[in-house]
Amino acid sequence: MTAFFQSLGLPYEWAWFVATIAGILLIALPVMISVAMIIYADRKIWAAMALRRGPNVVGPLGLLQSFADGLKVFLQETIVPSAANKGLFLLAPIITFTVALLAWAVIPFDVGVVLADINVGLLYILAVSSLGVYGVVLAGWASNSKYPFFSAMRASAQMISYEVSIGFTLITVVLWAGSFNLTEIVQSQQGYYGFLNGHGFNPLLFPMAVVFLISALAETARAPFDLTEAEAELVAGYQTEYSSMAFALFWLGEYANVILMCMLNALLFWGGYLPPFDWAPLYMVPGIIWLLAKTLFFFFVFSWVKATVPRYRYDQLMRLGWKIFLPLSLFFVFIVSGFLMLTRYGGAA
Amino acid sequence: MIQLFAFYLFASIMIASGALTIFARNPVHSVLWLILAFFNAAGLMVLLGAEFIAMLLVIVYVGAVAVLFLFVVMMLNIDYAELRAGFVSYLPFGLLIAVILAAEILLGVGIWQAGPVELAQRAAPVPQDLPNIEAIGTLLYTRYIFLFEVAGLVLLVAMIGAIVLTHRSRDGVRGQNIDRQNRRRPQDATVNVNQPVGKGVEL
Repeated sequence: MTAFFQSLGLPYEWAWFVATIAGILLIALPVMISVAMIIYADRKIWAAMALRRGPNVVGPLGLLQSFADGLKVFLQETIVPSAANKGLFLLAPIITFTVALLAWAVIPFDVGVVLADINVGLLYILAVSSLGVYGVVLAGWASNSKYPFFSAMRASAQMISYEVSIGFTLITVVLWAGSFNLTEIVQSQQGYYGFLNGHGFNPLLFPMAVVFLISALAETARAPFDLTEAEAELVAGYQTEYSSMAFALFWLGEYANVILMCMLNALLFWGGYLPPFDWAPLYMVPGIIWLLAKTLFFFFVFSWVKATVPRYRYDQLMRLGWKIFLPLSLFFVFIVSGFLMLTRYGGAA
Repeated sequence: MIQLFAFYLFASIMIASGALTIFARNPVHSVLWLILAFFNAAGLMVLLGAEFIAMLLVIVYVGAVAVLFLFVVMMLNIDYAELRAGFVSYLPFGLLIAVILAAEILLGVGIWQAGPVELAQRAAPVPQDLPNIEAIGTLLYTRYIFLFEVAGLVLLVAMIGAIVLTHRSRDGVRGQNIDRQNRRRPQDATVNVNQPVGKGVEL
């Protein structure tokens, strides 16, 4: 895109600047609209599994429900509790929302269709996702209220715990792909057994795909790991004192994170923008269609889990993270690196 | 030009937030300013072309260490008046440390030269065509493998030490037996009875 703006007569640096801004808008706006639609999808799937109808009044089939909700929230009054730390109270939802959009910069939607094709792409995503906890912790503390504070403590412990196993899971993929660049990771998944695309078909990496999926649920605090907003114990968790747009920003950020995690599942383990089978006619379909289809499939899995699995107890959550996922993923880091050492690098140190 | 602008932006915000870390009245605000300083340091690393270090800075310091800081500071109810009471009595000692540090920095910067001759004489020149991570990896796992392993060992000892120091076995605490919980079935805990009307339950 930089070349296009250069052809309009701008010097290189300004062309790059304008192209980057345009790229950001081209990613952020569709993400926001898809968040609105994915909230609708979540409610519909959940309703269908509970034998209800779900939203069906606003617009055809209720399709405009999320936009109506957004408008409603937009018109409401922002209430700041008098005992709250006002600046941080308002900063917290902004952090959550901003951080949720940051990670999209390195997601490849097709070969070369990526805003920032950096060689530490996966580390960037890890770095950005580790920031998500600040929005929650600050919200809980700045509210100056008991339940939000409990929720903030739970959230920080939970997110730090599961980041560890996510990190090791990603390392196995990086070892196999030989790169931190997301485009190269996707390209390395081509042609398993001559006809399959995706690290998930690799028997050494499939367990890691499962661990990553479950850790992604915990990292985004989705059911069954939604202890941060367990309504039976904590009212609404860290969002208790929030209203209006501040609340909506949490909502949007949370769902943008969920979509991102679904997309990461597709990119890292199931071939990303490559078709599932390495068969020439399938490549006629644009890569972004495959990527979105896989992402939506994983979102369906997320909703499915939300509708069917009861919430974990807090000690069970910690046990799963530290005593099961961490040793398991560490073990697989050893296995995968040992296997690659013997097969790909000929056993030479 | 954008790079120059970015450098001055990151550097000035970093210095300002570093100063505010010290001067902020609320300790939670101090930690938040510190986090902002970490961020801008990461930005400067990216400008230097050390993107791996920048990402590690954000992941390790901002993502883990600062969260724990924030956690501890939030949990403690710090009395600001008490905290500031000893200010005057500690001032000479603080000034002494500040002077020593400033002198060391001045000495270090004073003898530092980075002309093309010095850069060429480095023990391990940076390979130009390799990505950051591979360049660091090839050095760390070949030339400095011994130091790297020793550092890992020291960290392991520190970790075991921390666990030993904080672990104490308390009496009267009932631990959970997860296997037993998982083995438990509904029929172990409940009974179905066909209860006739007007009679009590026999247990």
